[in-house]
Amino acid sequence: MTRIRFQQSLDDLKEQLLVMAGLAEQAIQRAIEAYRVRDLSICDLVSRSEIAINRLEREIDQAALDLLAMEQPMAIDLRFILSVIKINADLERVGDAAKSISERVRGMDQMAVADLPVDIPRMASLAAAMVRKCLQAFIEADADMARSVLSMDDAVDAMNRAAYKALTKVMEEQSHIAPQALNALMICRNLERVADHATNIAEDVIFWLQGADVRHYKSVTGGRDPHAVG
Amino acid sequence: MGVGIEVTNLNAWYGTNHTLQDINLNIPANHATALIGPSGCGKSTFVRCLNRMHETNPIARVTGTVRIGDLDIYEDAKPVEIRRRVGMVFQRPNPFPTMSIYDNVAAGLKLNGYRNRRVLDEIVEKSLKNSALWDEVKDDLKKKSGASLSGGQQQRLCIARALAVDPEVLLMDEPASALDPVSTSKIEDLIFQLKTQYTIVIVTHNMQQAARVAEKTGFFLNGRMVEFDSTHKIFTNPSDKRTEDYITGRFG
Repeated sequence: MTRIRFQQSLDDLKEQLLVMAGLAEQAIQRAIEAYRVRDLSICDLVSRSEIAINRLEREIDQAALDLLAMEQPMAIDLRFILSVIKINADLERVGDAAKSISERVRGMDQMAVADLPVDIPRMASLAAAMVRKCLQAFIEADADMARSVLSMDDAVDAMNRAAYKALTKVMEEQSHIAPQALNALMICRNLERVADHATNIAEDVIFWLQGADVRHYKSVTGGRDPHAVG
Repeated sequence: MGVGIEVTNLNAWYGTNHTLQDINLNIPANHATALIGPSGCGKSTFVRCLNRMHETNPIARVTGTVRIGDLDIYEDAKPVEIRRRVGMVFQRPNPFPTMSIYDNVAAGLKLNGYRNRRVLDEIVEKSLKNSALWDEVKDDLKKKSGASLSGGQQQRLCIARALAVDPEVLLMDEPASALDPVSTSKIEDLIFQLKTQYTIVIVTHNMQQAARVAEKTGFFLNGRMVEFDSTHKIFTNPSDKRTEDYITGRFG
């Protein structure tokens, strides 16, 4: 009973998730690019890709559900399918965040350019790097690489906190550019969420490969990863 | 109440074939323990060593220690006494075909010298209730034969027969593999209830069944026990690669 058909189905599911991952990663990069160059045609591309992402999300969930029902997977196969379902949901939300950012960019089109005390391109670059790295960890089945994503989240969180502080100050003190500051704040918030989704994906990759649940470890252990090797 | 089983350095042979090699494990009391593994891995031989049935084959041999509660079954007692304390249910239900339902359950008691009709009635009723068969057969106890029941009912009758002599341990060798899903579900529900009173060891090829009914699971391969752990651990994140390969269907 080598279950060749089942193994093929698992490969197909992984393939589908990689297509989804590619779309989500592309969407967030396009949204960032749209912000950087203020190009509304790129925002249209992000909106269109969201439709494809949503469709693929349903297809992947259905395929995963079929495998759970028909094949009764165990151990690493069970963990893989559960991880796929969760990663799928996170990727869809990365797509949502990309769309939210592109809508903010669209809103900024009519506004004068303001010099804001926030480095959105840097924050975006870090969040995108986290997405890229957690997906690379998934492709290469590399738990150590996934683990390295977890620590990157702190930097994005810190940037988001700093942006919040600086931008609320702008809104209080320079009301004429408050709308621009609010948009930038919302973009930072979305980038922070993208980083959170990348963290979730990294945690799911670790769960798939090692069976270790590393979620919320900071609140449980005060910062020490109880499953870290060494 | 059930008692724990302690197996130390158990080895078994059929002729020159060394079918069990250095098995050590502790089976907890009042729990269901599942044994899984590919055909020929030794799991059925193992349970047959727990009630000294293995040695009924003239070319078979056993070494090592099996303690059931305080009793060393290869040192302190005769096989007949062991089999009263350790009941067994087989893959195919094997009621005595010409006996009534009542006599099937009472057979073991009569062999053990019970003659009082009222005591027999009480034990038969209790055993059939404990095997979840009473409501289906109470009106035909002495009218119908064991063989007239459905496969699932026959299997529960065999469980009632095993329970009648008040064992501490119940061994089940693929008890539901010949049954339809509804009968299988009844047997599994029964195992769930019985383990509060008995120590249950179940051999199964159905891994979902093991996952559903057992708290502990042991994986056998080529006469050795590769891994013994909580069922949750075995089926979600086994420690040994061979266990994982087997339960995920990569070999076997």
